[in-house]
Amino acid sequence: MTPIELKQLQKTACKVRMGIIEGTHSAKCGHPGGSLSAAELFTYLYFKELNIDPANPKMEQRDRFVLSKGHTAPGLYSTLANRGFFPVEDLKTLRKIGSYLQGHPNMNTVPGVDMSTGSLGQGISVAAGMALTAKYQKNPCRVYTLLGDGEIQEGQVWEACMFSSHYKLDNLCVIVDNNGLQIDGNISDVMSPYPIVEKLEAFGFSVISVDGHSFEELETAFAQARATKGKPTAIVMKTTKGKGVSFMEDEAGWHGKAPNDAEYEIAMAELRAALAELEA
Amino acid sequence: MAEVKKIATRESYGQALVELGKEHDDLVVFDADLSGATKTGMFKKVFPERHFNAGIAEADMVCAAAGAAAMGMVPFASSFAMFAAGRAFEQVRNSVGYPHLNVKIAASHAGISVGEDGASHQCCEDFALMRSIPGMVVMSPSDHVEAIAAVKAAYEYTGPVYLRFGRLAVPVFHKEENFQFQIGKGELLRDGTDVAIIANGLLVNEAIMAAETLASKGINAMVINICTIKPLDEEIVLEAARKCGKVITCEEHSIIGGLGEAVCSLLSEKLPTPVRRIGVNDEFGHSGPAAELLKQFGLSAEHIVEVAEDFCK
Repeated sequence: MTPIELKQLQKTACKVRMGIIEGTHSAKCGHPGGSLSAAELFTYLYFKELNIDPANPKMEQRDRFVLSKGHTAPGLYSTLANRGFFPVEDLKTLRKIGSYLQGHPNMNTVPGVDMSTGSLGQGISVAAGMALTAKYQKNPCRVYTLLGDGEIQEGQVWEACMFSSHYKLDNLCVIVDNNGLQIDGNISDVMSPYPIVEKLEAFGFSVISVDGHSFEELETAFAQARATKGKPTAIVMKTTKGKGVSFMEDEAGWHGKAPNDAEYEIAMAELRAALAELEA
Repeated sequence: MAEVKKIATRESYGQALVELGKEHDDLVVFDADLSGATKTGMFKKVFPERHFNAGIAEADMVCAAAGAAAMGMVPFASSFAMFAAGRAFEQVRNSVGYPHLNVKIAASHAGISVGEDGASHQCCEDFALMRSIPGMVVMSPSDHVEAIAAVKAAYEYTGPVYLRFGRLAVPVFHKEENFQFQIGKGELLRDGTDVAIIANGLLVNEAIMAAETLASKGINAMVINICTIKPLDEEIVLEAARKCGKVITCEEHSIIGGLGEAVCSLLSEKLPTPVRRIGVNDEFGHSGPAAELLKQFGLSAEHIVEVAEDFCK
């Protein structure tokens, strides 16, 4: 990745974060914390990794992305909007009556959304079913799915992991956003899913640990995932919940709460400053 | 009298899958370690490359099938009714129903006639669960001929479908020649004027036998087969109620949430008519031979006759 490319991705991630704040502030609810922690991941996927075309969102051989942690829809929507699937302005309609931007992703209303999700633990199974089907269809597409680290407390996630390695789904890439927090607090205190890496390895995955805010590390990991044959890959990314907005960082309270007007101004000022610095 | 042929509708399901599989390579099958019992094993034998076992993981199986449907395939996902409709209810609701994906949940071993396995496996709640999901088609065929037709209709239909099959071999009373099947259409099997017996699944054959007995006792019973519980054929039910003024519903399901309640809901709003519901009376089943259990729980021609006679007094 060239320095220019890197800077471009960082700027885009900054805009994705602005869209997350715009959407949740306008909705007066929603999930900024886990959307912000995955901003680099969303950006990397939609601006670098995925074979997609905003002008043709149903393209048969497109790569699929299933947001298993569906509550971070603001992050996905902002990324899709910035990528050109629909107007950025529409992010302000998030969660409002009549909007196609439902509280959790709806594949039938939002261009670019490949699966309706929201109930934790189900998206990874759907993604595995897609990857299995792609193999049967000889469709060269790859399937990506993003899970929360709290989400992996759901038993179904491990059913899906068994399934994925049993069927040698090397076209499947499972990403775990390890921001360490869930609604009720620290994941270690609520119900520890650790050790995550060793568990996934035991379930037959090739596991890569990365800093989820480093585009260089994400690039290396996804390249390795594509090169891995005969087994699925899991990328466990260490992240900071609420990343990019000082008062939201590492605070479980910002899992599912929207910024009020004053908080919105502070958050946007911080993000505008970060963007200006990147553009300088 | 010639011996009546008996076939379990789960056998019909397996046979229909094989027939469909030969014509359509977009049909794929998922099972959860019960392919011998659900009869998807028949499909696996012919098309091993598109039969996928999820192991004992029904939640994962249903969602994987949703993924296959999102990729343009027509998946049939099978387990026992207890687990397909019961255990995986929320997966069916959120990953199949809400996105309206083209998944066919095909469940076997429904009802009391599971027999010796007992209450843990005797699912009498599946109609209630599946009916409650918006956009879900719910079907319960009555015999081999209708089951084959229902499976084929489910394949042709685009959208989520729940199909219920039984473990027990049941009489084949439909004639294959000229048999017409349409999702959402009820079938008038016998015309009558005194009481309308509306049944589905293995109770349809019992209803036919009951009507014959009732005729000898001077009661002229109408018999209607409702394979598709949702969407309900309102026209045929309203016409039956109008003509007979009395309705008896029969199903191998709890009297809560199934065919009986669907008929009552319709009639109470559009044509208030006295109804008697025959089904499992808000209780769990228990172990025993299927035929004896059906009698014990009143899911028999004899009991239908008793209820009708009392009703027509």
